[in-house]
Order: sequence, then structure tokens, then C-alpha cells
Amino acid sequence: MTHSLQNLQQPNVSSKVFIQRDYSSGTICKFQTKFPSELESRLDKQQFEETVQTLNNLYAEAEKLGGKSYLEGCLACLTAYTIFLCMETHYEKVLKKIAKYIKDQNEKVYAPRGLLLTDPIERGLRVVEITIFEDRSVGSGR
Amino acid sequence: MDSCEYEQIEPRARPTPAPTPPTRDGREERRRPRRRWEVFPGKNRFCCGGRVIMARQSGVFPLTLGLILLTCGLFFIFDCPFLVQHLTSCIPAIGGVLFLFVLLTLLRTSFSDPGILPRATPDEAAEVEKQIDGSGNASYRPPPRTLEVAINQQPVKLKYCFTCRMFRPPRTSHCSLCDNCVERFDHHCPWVGNCVGKRNYRFFYAFIVSLSFLTAFIFGCVATHLALRAQGGRGLVFALQESPGSAVELAICFFSVWSILGLSGFHTYLVASNVTTNEDIKGSWSGKSGEGVANPYSHRSAVLNCCATLCGPMPPSLIDRRGFLPQDESVQAGDTQPPAAAPVSQINVVGGASRPTLALQEPLNSSSADAS
Repeated sequence: MTHSLQNLQQPNVSSKVFIQRDYSSGTICKFQTKFPSELESRLDKQQFEETVQTLNNLYAEAEKLGGKSYLEGCLACLTAYTIFLCMETHYEKVLKKIAKYIKDQNEKVYAPRGLLLTDPIERGLRVVEITIFEDRSVGSGR
Repeated sequence: MDSCEYEQIEPRARPTPAPTPPTRDGREERRRPRRRWEVFPGKNRFCCGGRVIMARQSGVFPLTLGLILLTCGLFFIFDCPFLVQHLTSCIPAIGGVLFLFVLLTLLRTSFSDPGILPRATPDEAAEVEKQIDGSGNASYRPPPRTLEVAINQQPVKLKYCFTCRMFRPPRTSHCSLCDNCVERFDHHCPWVGNCVGKRNYRFFYAFIVSLSFLTAFIFGCVATHLALRAQGGRGLVFALQESPGSAVELAICFFSVWSILGLSGFHTYLVASNVTTNEDIKGSWSGKSGEGVANPYSHRSAVLNCCATLCGPMPPSLIDRRGFLPQDESVQAGDTQPPAAAPVSQINVVGGASRPTLALQEPLNSSSADAS
């Protein structure tokens, strides 16, 4: 039995967990994969680690130094960087992929467990914020 | 399920806030959706609807622009006609290309976001402060805290920023003139009227290198021009009288070429060793402050360092200048209406009544594509 959207109540925020950056490899964007204790009751450690690891891989792809990024950089330099005004950079393309991934994860994994992942770009790439909502299920049936 | 009490939630599909309802007379102006740059906490100046960002104090940026425009203007007016006639028409072409390159890179350096880190949200700040000072004493300012991390097996201390309420990432520094933490902070340049940091360092480097070429080029051309005019025993004074603009150019170029060339050379060294001006001055890796420590960010190859710094992927702006504020933040404090739902896109959660409907803010505003 499903309820329509209008009948569901806006949930209350119970607490927030912040996954900090991992600087062990330098200034590249990478988040710690240590499983926070506050999520133990809600989420599998493996699921969490998979999410963070995928995010780290995506950011690594965005910041990868390779032939493609050098080509983009050199071309931009030759045009006095005006090309950045009209073209979407490689990093921005990957950020869109990351946003889509987080949306998928929220729909499939986190929302069913009363959690919400916030895209790190909204927090200045400093933290992955996980909002824990109050558990309203009191012997809930499906 | 019958005992649950539900409130109607209005789904909003559009990322922008809804237009003001017509019944709110006299409040429509205050409910105009505001963009994030209008409430930006740093000391910055914004133009063109938030697309252009500069420091509040423009420093000597107008002087920089004025000198470049003046020198190039005089060059094209006084020297180019003579040199085209006597030498080659490539001269104004090369001069024109260099001038355009210098101007574009200068404007890019001055008007870009240098890599400003947005300040910590209240929840984040509370979490960090909880870790620092367990007693939760709000009135007493705790002593400066540092967090030690290992970067490529090298211990580095991260400092706590009291203004931004967070531990600064490595290589980030707080600019007191702009009141912002800037990533990979190099220095605050008064000549460009902006900080030089992670996002605009390559523009700055291109600017000073091309300016060195331009200054040297103009100096050479003017010297050639005056030498040609002074031929046949007519003398330098005669040449200067015939072309007074050249005298001005010669003076400007002569006094500036040394400092600009020096600056270009210095920054080439910094780029090749992957060190910022800030780190160089503080002697972070040279051993001035204690025992010599290696630079953990260096790629151990000058070529790789240059490529990484100048040709690496362009990082995005972390401050969403053109994004809209959520409706409840746009509304004035005196408004007693309960805050409307934030401009969001609803995600449909499959399941029963126990599953909450969660609202997600649009991660990247569509207008951020034109943010520099």
C-alpha cells in the first residue's frame, strides 16, 4: 500500500555525520572511508565504503593528470583561457556524473534507510554530509 | 497508519524559487529571489550579476590597466607606422597579438574566483568545535588549534581558521584583505586587485610571462625606431622630438621590464618546484623554520610540476555565486509566514508510510556553467 506524496510528513533531522577529507595522498579530493559509528544501526559498512570509494574514484578521474587534461590546458592557454567561457571543462563534466551518482545512491540506498547524502560540492568539497532522519517506523509493515 | 498525522507538502519541480504569490501586497519586493553572491560573507566585490568577482579594494589594478593601455596605444600610434614603413608589417601584428593576450589574461586573473573556500555551515562548525574544545565554553576563545596529518608520509600541520570555522586544508591560507580562505594561496596581488590561488594561478602566470614579452618587444621596437630616426647624424634628441610618445614608452618599459622579468623568472622557479609564494616566504620547505623538510606536493620532476600546475584540470568554483538562495533565507526576518519548502526537486521514495520523503537541493545550478 503506497501513500501519495501529499500525505507524507516532512521528517525531522536527528543528527548529521561529516565524512572528512583524506589528505594522505596530497591535496587531491579524497574522502576517508572509515565507517562512522553513528551509522552502524542504519547502514552496512560495506555499502558505505562502496559509496565513498566510488566518489573517490570519480574525483580522481576529474583531477587526473594525463594527455587529455594537458591538451585541454594547452588549448586553453593558446586561446588566452577564453575557451573556458564557452566550453564545459572535464572537471565540470565529472561533477555532473557525481551529482547523478549521489542522486541514485540516495534513491536506492540511503533514503530507504532514513539517510541523506549531500553532494560535497555544496560543502566546498570539504566533507560528505550524511543527514540522519528520525526513525518514524514503529513496527512498520510494508 | 490511520493514527498518523500528515501535512500537505507542495512538490516544487523548478530549481528557482516560486514567484511571489499575488496576495502578499507590499512584500513582493522583499521576496525577490536573491542570489548567493548578494549575501557572500567575504570582502569581495561582484559585478555582472555575480559573474565577476574581485577584491573589495581594487589596489592598483586601474593603474596596471592604464599603463598597459597607454603604452600599447602610444606604440600603435607613434611607432608602428614608422616601423611598418621601414621594416615589416609583422610588428603591429605581433604587438597586437601580445597586447590582446596580456589584456585577456589580466582580466581573467582579476575577475576570477581564485579558489575561495566557502565558510563552514553551522552544523559543520559545531562538529569541529566539539572536537576541539570538549567543554563547549562559547565565551572563551580556545587557543589556536592545529591538526597534524601525514601527506605522502610527511607530517603537515593544518591550522584552524577562526573566521571560516574549519581546519584549513593543506596549502590553504586566509587572506586578510579579502577575508576568505583561498586554496593553494599564492599571494594577494594589488596589481591585479585579487588574490592569486589555485584557480587563477595559471592565468596570473600567463599574464606576467606575456607581459614580459610585450614589454621587451615594445622596448626593442621603440629603441629600433629611435635608432633609425637618429641615423645620419641627426641625433637622439631630434628623434625624440619627432616622436614624443616613444619617450614615454621607453621610460615605462625600461623601468618595468626588469621587475616583470624578475617576477616571471621567480614564478617559473616556483612552478617548476611546485611551491607557492606563501610557502616560499615562510620557508616551509627550505628549512628556514627548523630542520629541512621535503615538499610533499612536488612531483619530483620540474616538467611534471609545470604540467600539473599550469596544464592540470581546471578546478571548479566552490562558491556558487549565481545560485539562488532557498526561499526561507531570501525572506526578511520580519516575515511571519512559515518558510515555504526550499526550491528543490523531489525524489520519489518507493515504499510505505514509514519512509520519509526527502528533498534534495539541486547540486549544481544551471547558471553555474558560466561561473568562472
